[in-house]
Amino acid sequence: MAAAFLVLVPLLAIFVYLLLKGIGSLNWAFLTQIPKPVGEPGGGMANAMVGSGLILLIASVIGIPLGIGCGIYLAEYGRNRFGDIVRFTADVLNGVPSIVIGIAAYSLVVMRQKHFSAYSGGLALAIMMVPTVARATEEMLLMVPNSIREAALGLGIPKWRTTISITLRTASAGVITGCMLAFARVAGETAPLLFTAFGNQYWSLNPNQPTAALPLQIFSYAISPFYEWHKQAWAGALILIVMIVTAVAAVRIVTSRGILKGTS
Amino acid sequence: MGVGIEVRGLNAWYGKNQSLKNIDMTVPANHVTAVIGPSGCGKSTFVRCLNRMHETIPDARAEGLVKVGDVEVYGNGTDPVDVRRKIGMVFQKPNPFPTMSIYDNVAAGLRLNGLGNRKQMGELVERSLKLSALWEEVKDTLHKKSGASLSGGQQQRLCIARALAVEPDVLLMDEPASALDPISTSKIEELIFQLKQHYTVVIVTHNMQQAARVAEFTGFFLMGALIEYDKTEKIFTTPADKRTEDYITGRFG
Repeated sequence: MAAAFLVLVPLLAIFVYLLLKGIGSLNWAFLTQIPKPVGEPGGGMANAMVGSGLILLIASVIGIPLGIGCGIYLAEYGRNRFGDIVRFTADVLNGVPSIVIGIAAYSLVVMRQKHFSAYSGGLALAIMMVPTVARATEEMLLMVPNSIREAALGLGIPKWRTTISITLRTASAGVITGCMLAFARVAGETAPLLFTAFGNQYWSLNPNQPTAALPLQIFSYAISPFYEWHKQAWAGALILIVMIVTAVAAVRIVTSRGILKGTS
Repeated sequence: MGVGIEVRGLNAWYGKNQSLKNIDMTVPANHVTAVIGPSGCGKSTFVRCLNRMHETIPDARAEGLVKVGDVEVYGNGTDPVDVRRKIGMVFQKPNPFPTMSIYDNVAAGLRLNGLGNRKQMGELVERSLKLSALWEEVKDTLHKKSGASLSGGQQQRLCIARALAVEPDVLLMDEPASALDPISTSKIEELIFQLKQHYTVVIVTHNMQQAARVAEFTGFFLMGALIEYDKTEKIFTTPADKRTEDYITGRFG
């Protein structure tokens, strides 16, 4: 009980502090406008919110299917040497500092293309998502009793179909939690975006161009010498946390509905 | 309609351990055949070899001649998936798909094999649930309740309905009532009696009274070998082998 309470304290403390510091600069302009030049008051982080959404979308589209596929392999086919190697690699990858992942994405994409882009930022975040999603998927699939697989195979359902439509479906609640965890973790990452998405003071919806992102914007505003920008950084941090919580809650509500009622 | 099963020289292994030794057995169509024996005698392995479920366990393999109707189960080019579609299986512990509704559980085999349209599926689901004597208890909650919310006995009948929905020729039952209470057990036994009109049933049990009640033929397994196989009445009244007699009179096992 006391331990459970201690878990709540830091989260609540952070949220309340952000609310106090950030709410003052939060207004309609902040949510709809792009940053103003230095010295001019007002302006907002609308481009960074959209940019973050874009980068996270790219990261999820690459990282989640890859991670789930890898997890399926590990759980259902990976009882061998190669599986052990993949498992070990995933665990090591999980511990690689995020800035190093950023450098990898920089040399893989940015150096080749000779310009920064949302693609490269998304790729960096996707690389960070894969091991988390893969290991979570593996654990959840291994928790599905073997009798469920046998029931499906006994009906003459092919193994691949059993894995996707029965085993993965049975484990879906846990797998989705794993994906959300990975998503929430990379959503706040700044370091991998520094030299991939790079940031952008203007509107850009082209994922092949340098793209603004909330963590980047918060970072550059927070280290700036301007009081006005510091206040905006607080507001940006508040928005970031609200965006993550909303996304996680929304996915949870939508998917839990689908699971309880079943499809038909 | 059910089809007969012909087994000749069937051997099975778990790794290096041989668990079935040269089994010959002829199971007649549209009858109930019981397989009895002490724990670890190979009776479960035997039925799992009939629909190639045995090989889904790592390091397990089997060889020999098994003919179900016209299908050579271990023939070259026989797809185990096709074999399992023709030979339904009910397991010891009820294992409904926990995230699916009652309806979806029964329809799963059809749907995931891409068989039947919506209307046919509805009819098949109803027919299967009626055959497994569960329809009256669940017809109002088909889509609302999950398969896992039923009682143990109902879950097992749901699993039987699920196996019947894909319209197999043979139904294998691996100790289907051993995890159930006496009332549910008697319901399942009644059901088995009905099922033989449409299917060939092979039931594994270590409850000898159950074998005597439901089966016309009984095979006695001991240490991976088929010791004796005859009409149930003969096995339980005048067994030919001393070991069978010792087992059924309770001297061991």
